[in-house]
Amino acid sequence: MIGKNVMEEKELAEAWKIITNQVIRDFPSLSELVIVGIRSRGNILASRMVKGIKKETGIEIPLGILDITLYRDDFTSVGPDPIVRETEIDFDITGKNVILVDDVLFTGRTIRAAMDALIDFGRPSSIRLAVLIDRGERELPIQPDYVSKKMTVNAGEIVEVKLKEIDGKEGVIAIKQKLDKEEIAKP
Amino acid sequence: MNWNRKDLLGIEELNPDEIIHILDTSISFKEISERPIKKVPTLRGKTIVNLFFEPSTRTRISFELAEKRLSADTVNFSTPGSSVLKNETLLDTALNIEAMKIDAVVVRHSGAGIPHLLAKKLSVPVINAGDGAHEHPTQALLDMFTIREKKRKLKGLKVAIIGDIRFSRVARSNIWGLNKMGAEVFIVAPPTFIPAYLENMPVKIFNSLDEVIEDMDVLMALRIQTERHQPRLAVSGEAGKGSFFPSLREYRQRFGVTMERLSKAKKDVLIMHPGPINRGVEIDPEVADSKNSVILAQVTNGVAVRMAVLYILLGGAPTSASQSASSVRRGKAVGRRTGGKKP
Repeated sequence: MIGKNVMEEKELAEAWKIITNQVIRDFPSLSELVIVGIRSRGNILASRMVKGIKKETGIEIPLGILDITLYRDDFTSVGPDPIVRETEIDFDITGKNVILVDDVLFTGRTIRAAMDALIDFGRPSSIRLAVLIDRGERELPIQPDYVSKKMTVNAGEIVEVKLKEIDGKEGVIAIKQKLDKEEIAKP
Repeated sequence: MNWNRKDLLGIEELNPDEIIHILDTSISFKEISERPIKKVPTLRGKTIVNLFFEPSTRTRISFELAEKRLSADTVNFSTPGSSVLKNETLLDTALNIEAMKIDAVVVRHSGAGIPHLLAKKLSVPVINAGDGAHEHPTQALLDMFTIREKKRKLKGLKVAIIGDIRFSRVARSNIWGLNKMGAEVFIVAPPTFIPAYLENMPVKIFNSLDEVIEDMDVLMALRIQTERHQPRLAVSGEAGKGSFFPSLREYRQRFGVTMERLSKAKKDVLIMHPGPINRGVEIDPEVADSKNSVILAQVTNGVAVRMAVLYILLGGAPTSASQSASSVRRGKAVGRRTGGKKP
């Protein structure tokens, strides 16, 4: 695996702070705001956003965690290794402005699934999407409202966001996937 | 964890990792039943047939709720009103139902091994919802889930299974499961209730509840299966000659989980019962309704555990490797797109 640095630790922190401040600017009263992160890295970014808002304004925004495994559209086409983790949204989202957070936006299918899941919990007055990286190549008509970095990647490359809480390190890298190359090489 | 089984037929053949996998997966499904919209689209478009050749309230409703909450379509079959009454064989019934393109079968039958026979003949997953006195795997799983949820562990716990062991598939499945998970199983029953096979199972056998009650972390009372004993018993409470025990009253005196006995048990002992309860026989109403009782939690958890089992056998989420692979498949089709962490 050869990794190419897209974002360093400091840059990532700075970028996420800017997003957080944009959210505060757009929702100045903060009263109807809730933040929901998609497992397994969106929830960490979401938690950082909650902390950031608290630091700036002193107000603690409710934080939810969404596992979208059960809402995926590709159950039957992929292999068996079912890992479902808990969804934790212990507040009512009806009438709230939801900031949905994920690390990388790609095809848009994860976000589609996340919106379906959210709507099963209530009827939010709005849902906005915040992502760290938009790597393009959408397959559904979904666009982010807040985005730190837009980028294009080369064929066979994937973008990985590393966060201290689960990866032990911090940053964004684009890596060439060996598996992909082998798969492609097959006739 | 790589799940390689088509069917869930019993606990005996599962390894500890498989049991843990089901129990862990169940945790995530519990929350779905607490939502305002108690439904996820996971098994949308799948059809599941519930074949119940034997009466059932809890298990049947629990399976059906689990299926519906996963968005599967369900069809219920029970013997009355079916062609079983026209002497159609079980296997023909099953093959005909499968020919209608279904995705899974849940089966309860009074004959031990019936689900295994179906599993061999059908290409779709078969889930055993109780076969004779053999196994009732989802009941044992929900029991283990409940104990684990309340006690935060299974390993090292002392669990007494009390009463009608002879006819109990719940007991068998639990003995296998609890042992695999490192708990110690104590069988407490009259000698006439102890079947020969128990000698080859990893349990300690006692003929008196008072002997062991102080040390137990869990007391699991089993229903006296009056319908499988003598018919007289169900009516008069007097079993008489040839029965496995003299009377329901005497049974209660020696093996009933009474308030008096509960006072001798550990303060945080869990009281369990697979239902339906004979109040005042194997368990006193006050005990069944006490704060130690998790009998209704068992029922609640049953839905989550069955959702997990259905999900594992019919759904199956992607691994990170298969995500890349599927992206690559897409990549081939469009020529350029490759890689990707999430779809």
